[in-house]
Amino acid sequence: MEDHEKLAQTLKQIRKLMVVITFCFVAIAGILLYVMVNPRLASFKSKEPSQEYVTVPVAEEENFDKIENGIHVRTGLVEAEGLIEVVNNCTNCHSAKLVTQNRMNKERWIATIRWMQETQNLWDLGNNEDIIVNYLVTNYPPKKKGRREILTNVEWYELQD
Amino acid sequence: MKRRKFMNRAVLGSATTILGTDIVFSSFMPKGYQPLVLQQPDPFKMFNKDKGMEVLNDKPWNIQAKAHLLDDEVTPNKYMFIRNNGLIPENIDAGTWTLTIDGESVKQQKTYTLAELKSKFPLYTYQLTLECGGNGRSEFDPPAKGNQWTVGAVSCATWTGVRLRDVLEDVGIKDDAIYIGYHAADVHLSRDPSKEPISRGAPIPKALQNETLLAFKMNGEAIPIAHGYPLRLVAGGWPASVSGKWVKRISVRNKIHDGEKMTGTSYRVPCNPVAPGEKVNDEDMCIIESMPVKSLITYPKSGATIKLGEQLNIRGHAWAGELEVSKMECSIDFGAKWTICPIEKPVNRLAWQHFSAIIDFPKKGYYEVWARATDSSGVSQPMLLPGWNPKGYLNNACHRIAVKVD
Repeated sequence: MEDHEKLAQTLKQIRKLMVVITFCFVAIAGILLYVMVNPRLASFKSKEPSQEYVTVPVAEEENFDKIENGIHVRTGLVEAEGLIEVVNNCTNCHSAKLVTQNRMNKERWIATIRWMQETQNLWDLGNNEDIIVNYLVTNYPPKKKGRREILTNVEWYELQD
Repeated sequence: MKRRKFMNRAVLGSATTILGTDIVFSSFMPKGYQPLVLQQPDPFKMFNKDKGMEVLNDKPWNIQAKAHLLDDEVTPNKYMFIRNNGLIPENIDAGTWTLTIDGESVKQQKTYTLAELKSKFPLYTYQLTLECGGNGRSEFDPPAKGNQWTVGAVSCATWTGVRLRDVLEDVGIKDDAIYIGYHAADVHLSRDPSKEPISRGAPIPKALQNETLLAFKMNGEAIPIAHGYPLRLVAGGWPASVSGKWVKRISVRNKIHDGEKMTGTSYRVPCNPVAPGEKVNDEDMCIIESMPVKSLITYPKSGATIKLGEQLNIRGHAWAGELEVSKMECSIDFGAKWTICPIEKPVNRLAWQHFSAIIDFPKKGYYEVWARATDSSGVSQPMLLPGWNPKGYLNNACHRIAVKVD
């Protein structure tokens, strides 16, 4: 009985040893193969990495500007004429959330653009300015709130004390 | 192309600060590949904030609490609002961090390491109310430009540090000193190194108050990065923008500090009241100093339903800028009748005060519980929006919660 157990244990150890040896072999073979293919070990040098071309799947490219329920998913902006001009000019420095939170008339949207140009390094928008202002006024106009609004979107729940 | 490379590096740099670890083999990462954390930054994890907090802006980061999240007597980090004007500084090293005191009105320019500040001056701890000047902006009509804070841009944590006064006395300030202004390590949104996102300050009397600290700790621990690690100026009761984060330099000025966001319409309101929407010239705008009296019902959360005959326990906090709250009242009939709610004394000057009340409802139906605080000079919160101003500051209108009795 004891002999049998001993034998089983020895066999187990031999199998373990074999696995380790095989692994080492594969690893060494792998390294040798790598050095054969790439003798300068280029990818271990971070200096001046060679130009790499990555194929971007077309589907991902389409996803980048995905629209869902009339909303540009990546930014949260409303899909409408001028969207791309707004994305390209207004979301470089700050989040689109700063746009979507605000509601202004034409005069005040323009004043905001001027302020950003004068103090925040915003560039001259050229012909895009009209397109952008029109987009903002159409999609983010001021809303009447009065002196105090009623409470809305109340989530009712039973109070457990 | 160069710019992109720079941006990428900058972003990776900030990722390592935020993650607190180096991205191993980051130079092996394929070009154009962004590590997962940068693709979908989870602000709640990144800043240790509760999931119930509301992100108003992710560049720069601006996050607010909700009334019911502010129930703690001392606000923990997870419920503390974040207001940034620029980008959070990268690669902060507290070991090499220095604070320089300079300006026209110092007798000598002097620089301290954090260790010197801590060993040279006595440490003090105060609980201090910090409220964003624009808290409540979302209610103004016509709407005011900026982050649309509702009620959650206020906190009252404990801050530990040295008195600014002790440091200024050690440096020596001239008789013509009238203002201090801070300069900090945060980065302008455009990444233009010649621009400061914000550089505000306070008149000398405020700077010399006992409670005005150069703080190292918040709630007994190192200040979280988003709240100004490793050094923050804390001036309770004034717009929180006076409490500069990541402070590197304090200038003692012989004129009103003219740093970024001190001028124009920033943190200023019309010196004389104006009609809603009226144009106001810059020279007719006055700098906000003490914040006005205000209160918040933090329990229960709005929307509570109770049975007829049950009493409703409510509680919350009230604060009054430089002053103390002397009276607290509640109403369940839109201000037709007000009932006094007991209010506690503050633990120290400039800390918020706690109130509570037990409310009976006469019959079934929809109610709103309104709370109104009155400060020690007799000024109360308005039920309607206070005076309109171009940037939507200082909305201290009464807070209310909806309650239904079945």
